[in-house]
Amino acid sequence: MADTAPIAWTRKDLIGIEPLSRPEIELILDTAPQFVAVSARVSGIRKVPLLQGRLVVNWFYEPSTRTRTSFELAAKRLSADTLSISASTSSLVKGESLHDTLANIEAMRSDVIVIRHKYAGSAQILATRHESHIINAGDGRHEHPTQALLDALTMRDKIRERRGDATASLDGVRVAIIGDISHSRVARSNVWCLTKLGARVTLCGPSTLMPPEIGRMGVDVTTDLGEAIADADVIYALRIQLERQQRCLFPSLREYIRMFRIDRESIKVAPEHAFIMHPGPINRDIELSAELADGKRSVILEQVTNGVAVRMAIMHLLVNSGVEN
Amino acid sequence: MNEHDPSAREETVVMTAETMAEACRRLAREIAGANTDMASVVLLGILRRGRPLADRLARLLAEMTGVAPPVGSLATTLYRDDLRSGVGRLKPGVAETYFEFPINGATVILVDDVIAAGRTIRAALDELMDYGRPRRIQLACLVDRGGRELPIQPDYLGWPVSAGENDRVVVRLAETDGQDMVVIRRSLPEDGEAEEG
Repeated sequence: MADTAPIAWTRKDLIGIEPLSRPEIELILDTAPQFVAVSARVSGIRKVPLLQGRLVVNWFYEPSTRTRTSFELAAKRLSADTLSISASTSSLVKGESLHDTLANIEAMRSDVIVIRHKYAGSAQILATRHESHIINAGDGRHEHPTQALLDALTMRDKIRERRGDATASLDGVRVAIIGDISHSRVARSNVWCLTKLGARVTLCGPSTLMPPEIGRMGVDVTTDLGEAIADADVIYALRIQLERQQRCLFPSLREYIRMFRIDRESIKVAPEHAFIMHPGPINRDIELSAELADGKRSVILEQVTNGVAVRMAIMHLLVNSGVEN
Repeated sequence: MNEHDPSAREETVVMTAETMAEACRRLAREIAGANTDMASVVLLGILRRGRPLADRLARLLAEMTGVAPPVGSLATTLYRDDLRSGVGRLKPGVAETYFEFPINGATVILVDDVIAAGRTIRAALDELMDYGRPRRIQLACLVDRGGRELPIQPDYLGWPVSAGENDRVVVRLAETDGQDMVVIRRSLPEDGEAEEG
């Protein structure tokens, strides 16, 4: 491997985007396409032996289908053994602590632990005390790093395709993120990731759903949807987390829809080329019209496809870079 | 591709453009002679420089036999045995395996520029088996620089080269490097990077 000297991966865990450097993010994005190709094999076996004989444990304390399935598939396509533990089946309901549960999993020689937990910082706490490679699959409102990485890969693919330039970066690309910013770890990780990659981010949503510290993150903030998407290359609709709306942070769903829904009418002010993204699962016709979600401008399913590849790239980098705790 | 500073090392030319062209013609003749059923032959070039060599061999085979074998690319990178040990690193942004023809029942000829340890070919065989079951697999290499670590030998060889353990054998191709040439770079003490192969 003499031609170029790519930077080496030196981290044991992936906890968030915030601590990563731009070259580290780009290393992940540049490693992923080889794994996209593995999943795209038509007649061949959709598997490579990079994690053969390793154990990947998916440990989800919050409901998730998409992310858990994506991680599980990523592990399987790297030939790893996988184990899934969900909150209702674990001893946590019997009062066992996170550390004890993880110690028991590690006693069975786990290599990678993928964890989703409602408390911000939970993945970090586990990473410092345990030897397994920890991947944060969402911790409270803090971060959801793999979502941001698959989003960045999808945006970069689309920008490269549109410009016919296979080396284009996200420098100067305008991304509007719409919705409930304050409850969203997806928004937080995306802001870190996109700003590090040179994109210009505008956040838009009801002021009650805009975290006060957001002004310090190097983004523009507005409550006017038209203003947010007027010059956007990417329109990113967040899921309205209906289950977290007990505190009545906006007057009514109908009012949210009127002011912030991305639909045939509201999107008219956006450039023709702007494409639509959503982290899923979609509340159809609430934050995004069904028509647009299923339309030509939507790249939502590409996000899902890229999700598996990005997670394969991350697991490979964590396990095979020779970084020990 | 940025090939270091040549002045920093002593370079010996072992193949010129002419000897490379002659070696390719001989490889093609041998492939055509050994495979009477040319219609079942497909070529897979191992990325990166095996691919342009495979394209050259396909053109020569078409001239000699009237049958142009299909050509594809094999990356082999995801099957390397050094990645799982933490020794090697996956190079980001490299080209991917790509071929459009079925390999079940085909005679697959793997084409690479240099064979050394034989580990790349071991990886190529594993990758190939994940795509199907060829009738037979043969190996064509432009240069054998020695230093085998696995019991793998080319069926068709362009040129044997005697290179020391730490020497670098560099194949340059017009398609990738602007000119055809094979050189040996004698190692300097501070430069022990081993050749991939």
